[in-house]
Amino acid sequence: MVEKSEIIVIGLNHKTAPVEVRERLAFSREDNLQVLEIVRQKPCVDEMVLFSTCNRVEFLLATKNPSKAVEAVKDFLADFKKTPRQTFEQALYVYDGDEAVRHIFRVASSLDSMVVGEPQILGQIKEFYQESSHCRACGVILNRLMHRSFSVAKRVRTETGIGDHAVSISYAAVELGRKIFDKLEEKAVLLIGAGEMAELAVEHLVTYRARPIFVANRTFERGLELAERFKGTAIRFEEVRDYLTQVDIVISSTGAPHYILVHNDFKGVMRARRNRPLFLIDIAVPRDIDPEINRIANVYVYDIDDLKSAIQENIDDRQREARRGERIVDGAVVQFRRWFQSLDVVPTIVALREKVEEIRQLELKKTLASLTSASEKDRAAIDRLTAALVNKILHDPTVFLKASGDKHKHKDKQSLYVNITRELFNLDERNNRE
Amino acid sequence: MSVLFALTIACYVASSLGYQGYVLFQKRPVYRVSRIVLWVGFLCHTGVIALRYFEAGHVPVQCLHETLFTFAWTVVGVFLILQIRFNLMVLGALVAPLATLCVVIASILPGPPVELDPLLKGLWRTFHVGTLIVGNAAFAIAFLVGILYLIQERAIKDKKRGFFFRRLPSLKLLDSMGYSCLIVGFPMLTFGIITGIIYAQMVHGRFWNWDPKEVFAGITWLVFAALLHERLTVGWQGRRAAIMTIVGFVILLFTFFLRFLG
Repeated sequence: MVEKSEIIVIGLNHKTAPVEVRERLAFSREDNLQVLEIVRQKPCVDEMVLFSTCNRVEFLLATKNPSKAVEAVKDFLADFKKTPRQTFEQALYVYDGDEAVRHIFRVASSLDSMVVGEPQILGQIKEFYQESSHCRACGVILNRLMHRSFSVAKRVRTETGIGDHAVSISYAAVELGRKIFDKLEEKAVLLIGAGEMAELAVEHLVTYRARPIFVANRTFERGLELAERFKGTAIRFEEVRDYLTQVDIVISSTGAPHYILVHNDFKGVMRARRNRPLFLIDIAVPRDIDPEINRIANVYVYDIDDLKSAIQENIDDRQREARRGERIVDGAVVQFRRWFQSLDVVPTIVALREKVEEIRQLELKKTLASLTSASEKDRAAIDRLTAALVNKILHDPTVFLKASGDKHKHKDKQSLYVNITRELFNLDERNNRE
Repeated sequence: MSVLFALTIACYVASSLGYQGYVLFQKRPVYRVSRIVLWVGFLCHTGVIALRYFEAGHVPVQCLHETLFTFAWTVVGVFLILQIRFNLMVLGALVAPLATLCVVIASILPGPPVELDPLLKGLWRTFHVGTLIVGNAAFAIAFLVGILYLIQERAIKDKKRGFFFRRLPSLKLLDSMGYSCLIVGFPMLTFGIITGIIYAQMVHGRFWNWDPKEVFAGITWLVFAALLHERLTVGWQGRRAAIMTIVGFVILLFTFFLRFLG
């Protein structure tokens, strides 16, 4: 009896490993190809895809000898990263069979992400898969698995609200901005101060084609630097108030111990703006913008806590949507299992024979019905003839399929042959009908 | 009640429910079906009005029954036209029930007297009532949009991101839709009042009689004129404009019923 490949996943992610371990094991882009080359040469590995992002390092393998493959990967990691096994062994998880399939589906659908529903992961997964298929490290099993995972991810995204709402401060700012202005296009932005979160928010606004961008910083040089990054204009810190009449969105993030903008600064501003709405985002702690300003008509002030609570609601929402996503994944796992099981040689041979026998019986019946004059003996002869034909024709394919798993040089080809056979003779049609 | 009439009501009710369902569950197919049903209802409605026109030989705007019925038709018409430009999906949840309500009330009210007062016929009168109805329909939609604006503005100001924040469109969109309604409604209202004045001259021999409905019509016109003026000169928008639209429409409604019930 020939052995069939199994799907396993060995890896670690943000849930099982702290960042110190993850960063030590992560592979750079240049490493990836090398890793693929080395690991797939190992005799116990038939097919492989490697994922390495800042939140996860995972080996997806098709192997006939799972336990040996797991050891091989561990050895490889220790060796390649020059790290003792015990530093990461605790954090590693190994999934096989349905669990491995489910895991890959969940990762691609962003159900396993640190920020559930974040959209980048699918693109990353696709890139890693491309790399792997570029090196011809993928065969029929993982190709199918990866393509399935892409369509599952797409379904989860479109059929649930998992990616609907902002879950980062800067996205929340964009979402709110769009609720106020509808389009952020051509909306002028003023950044006061600097800081990672504020800069990220400006960046997001820029991707929505907000412009022009003004930057005010206590040190003018720093302001110039930032302005250059956003293709904007640096203004002097003292000019901030003058610009309130021209900008639509203000993001403030200074280290000042007191308010930068107070109620009085807005005297006459709204009239000069012809009442166009003004959206003030205060990311600083202590705050830069007097919350009282929120009471002015058409001015909206959001501080960091407001944005955070907005996000929390969205996170709760996503959690709810994620549960619906899990159900889609469950269904897809069952479907995949059905296909995967059909890859066994024996059921394929049986199905092939059944199909041909069915055709023989059908044709035989038709022919015999029209041969009214034939004797019982003639009929038996025709029956024997057709049976012999079928047997002779199917003999070589059967032998070939049985042998395909044995040959060592074709270790990863068996699934391929089985799959081709199934498609060539349309054997899955019956399965699907059921 | 004719079949077409019944069909109109049925379509409006179904579409109202559909729009409500869309607001609740946010399923786009529900929205699309509701819109189609509303279009079908509108076409039936158009059919009824056309039939009445050919039967009676005048635009059916002579009594409260007819006027409400025609008013509902105009509201739906204006809404469907606006819908092409502004994809304001939740508004249907307010407009469709409003139209349904008007049509249902109209169906309960007694029909027009068989013999029409000859005073109520004539081109001027048809123009007078016709333009006013279109204006009223535009302001009715402006009123609904204004309410939506106030709800959404409150949600953003209070930082309460609940049910409505998700479902309502941006402030900008609501505001410019309200503005569009004003732009359509105001000339209609003006024209309606002018033709009314001419009509009064023809019938009563005087342009202005200082009767309450005229006074209130004047007040309505002044409110909307002020709003339009402020919008054009100092860029009034947002909350204050929405409140003023709502106030203006309430006075308009009062004038409307004063005319028919007073």
